[in-house]
Amino acid sequence: MSFWALVAILFKIGVVVGITQGAVAYLILVERKIAAWAQDRIGPNRAGPFGLLQPLADGAKMILKEDVVPGYVAKPLFILAPLISIVAAMVGFAVVPFGPVTPMPADPGFFDVLGQFQIAPGVDIGILYILAVGSLGVYGVILAGWASNSKYSFLGGLRSSAQLISYEIPLGMSILGMVMIAGSLDLNTIVNWQDRHVWGIVAQPLGFLLFLISSFAETNRLPFDLPESEQELVGGFHTEYSAMKFGMFFLGEYLHVITVSYLIVILFFGGWDIPYVLTQDQTGLVFALIKAGVLVFKVALVIIFIMWIRWTLPRFRYDTLMELAWKRMIPLSIANLVLTAIVVQIVRSWA
Amino acid sequence: MRPDDPSLKRMIPPTLKLHEKFYLPQIVGGLLVTGKHILSASLGKGAITVSYPEDQHVPSANYRGVHRLNKDEQGRVKCVACMLCATACPAHCIDIVGATAPESWSDREKYCESFVIDELRCIYCGMCEEACPVEAIELTGLYDLTGLSREQMIFDKTKLLSVFDLTRDAEPMRYTTPPPKAGPRPTEVEPSGLPGPKA
Ligand code: SF4
Ligand code: SF4
Repeated sequence: MSFWALVAILFKIGVVVGITQGAVAYLILVERKIAAWAQDRIGPNRAGPFGLLQPLADGAKMILKEDVVPGYVAKPLFILAPLISIVAAMVGFAVVPFGPVTPMPADPGFFDVLGQFQIAPGVDIGILYILAVGSLGVYGVILAGWASNSKYSFLGGLRSSAQLISYEIPLGMSILGMVMIAGSLDLNTIVNWQDRHVWGIVAQPLGFLLFLISSFAETNRLPFDLPESEQELVGGFHTEYSAMKFGMFFLGEYLHVITVSYLIVILFFGGWDIPYVLTQDQTGLVFALIKAGVLVFKVALVIIFIMWIRWTLPRFRYDTLMELAWKRMIPLSIANLVLTAIVVQIVRSWA
Repeated sequence: MRPDDPSLKRMIPPTLKLHEKFYLPQIVGGLLVTGKHILSASLGKGAITVSYPEDQHVPSANYRGVHRLNKDEQGRVKCVACMLCATACPAHCIDIVGATAPESWSDREKYCESFVIDELRCIYCGMCEEACPVEAIELTGLYDLTGLSREQMIFDKTKLLSVFDLTRDAEPMRYTTPPPKAGPRPTEVEPSGLPGPKA
């Protein structure tokens, strides 16, 4: 790889990180607005026109607030935990395509790399990678609970990690159906398959539902937000955290939301594909930009849907949460997997 | 009540129909409800928010806010130091020192020399108001009376009487006619020359 290709990749990493952080800041504003509207309120409207400067105010608050590190915590681990959870959420973006990806030449130059809407294009195990690094966030949760040296945080950490690990199973298995149908773990190939045939939601309705539900649980969104239920469980694993360290958990969670929204769109809503309008044969910068825009639009819709769900469903009780994962979703996902495997086998042997 | 009492109403939880047991239709129904709220509020119709400092919130008529000590027509405090309110108060936040009324006050034997309410301990239950036989203590609709320290929120007689002056036009005393608005207002709270806190 040439020097300029490396520069281009670093540049792209900077852009993606910057944009996602900015997006997170404004997503929090959107979330607060939707929360307000769902409750017949107005929402933040004081900072700037229509409250558009609110993210800046929130950020300033996070930075300027007193950052308390209690005397009784295990200090290195206590500081490490939020870092782990934000880094784990961020590295997943490496393989998320933000638009169509064309095959790279053997020795890519600066503009070849820049033209790709993905930091690491052509990773054959894309989904596997996202799931793997995404689940590293559990270490952040466990460490935070352990290092806080408080019973609330410790129990909260155990509770949250049990939830995260349980829902990882249906999350992974619900994807497998789509993977088998498309015959690849690479996100681009999956999108291209959907472009040629049908959207994933038609091919795998049950898989979609299971993936949607378990991604709610994975990202700690309501109705599965036990890790942060302030009222009844006293916070959970981040009880002892304040200011920016708490903010990092929060950012990590939101980055997760963005990642799973991308996954939902890419796996089940055809990515940047619009049937009969945008197809994979249309190449060139203009089409690439249009497709990237379509993708971002779809992702935004999914994120808004996730926020909408938040004000619709009540929070789960812990035992029902576990029951849902182990007694309902895992058997269903196995059934879905077996059924898909049979159908795929039959179709392949015909063709 | 006997178990077979005919007036007894049994609550039977509704049984879920088949499609309700699948939860998903119910969830969609819930989404429609919240979606309606989100839409109407975001279009600026459904929101019930009061933009506080610009628009003042008007509490309902039976809202219980800060106390006031009522004055009678001559501007004297109405309280007769019977201690009923202090006794009724569940938070024990009323402290009254009674004294013999001056000769000229023909209608009563005692009055309150000092009257202190700890507004921080008060739970605004309104029991004091209920207990008072002469309607001397009332809870007003004022909700934005604040202080910068704990000491400032311990209201003495002067402060409580000034709350009355603040609210007398907006909220007339419930059981007596309000003091006449025209003409010089009686301002003298204490008969001069008496011992006791300065007004
Ligand atoms: S409102 Fe209730 S708590 Fe407050 S002073 Fe009166 S009786 Fe006491
Ligand atoms: S009950 Fe009324 S009259 Fe009696 S002490 Fe209290 S305020 Fe005064």
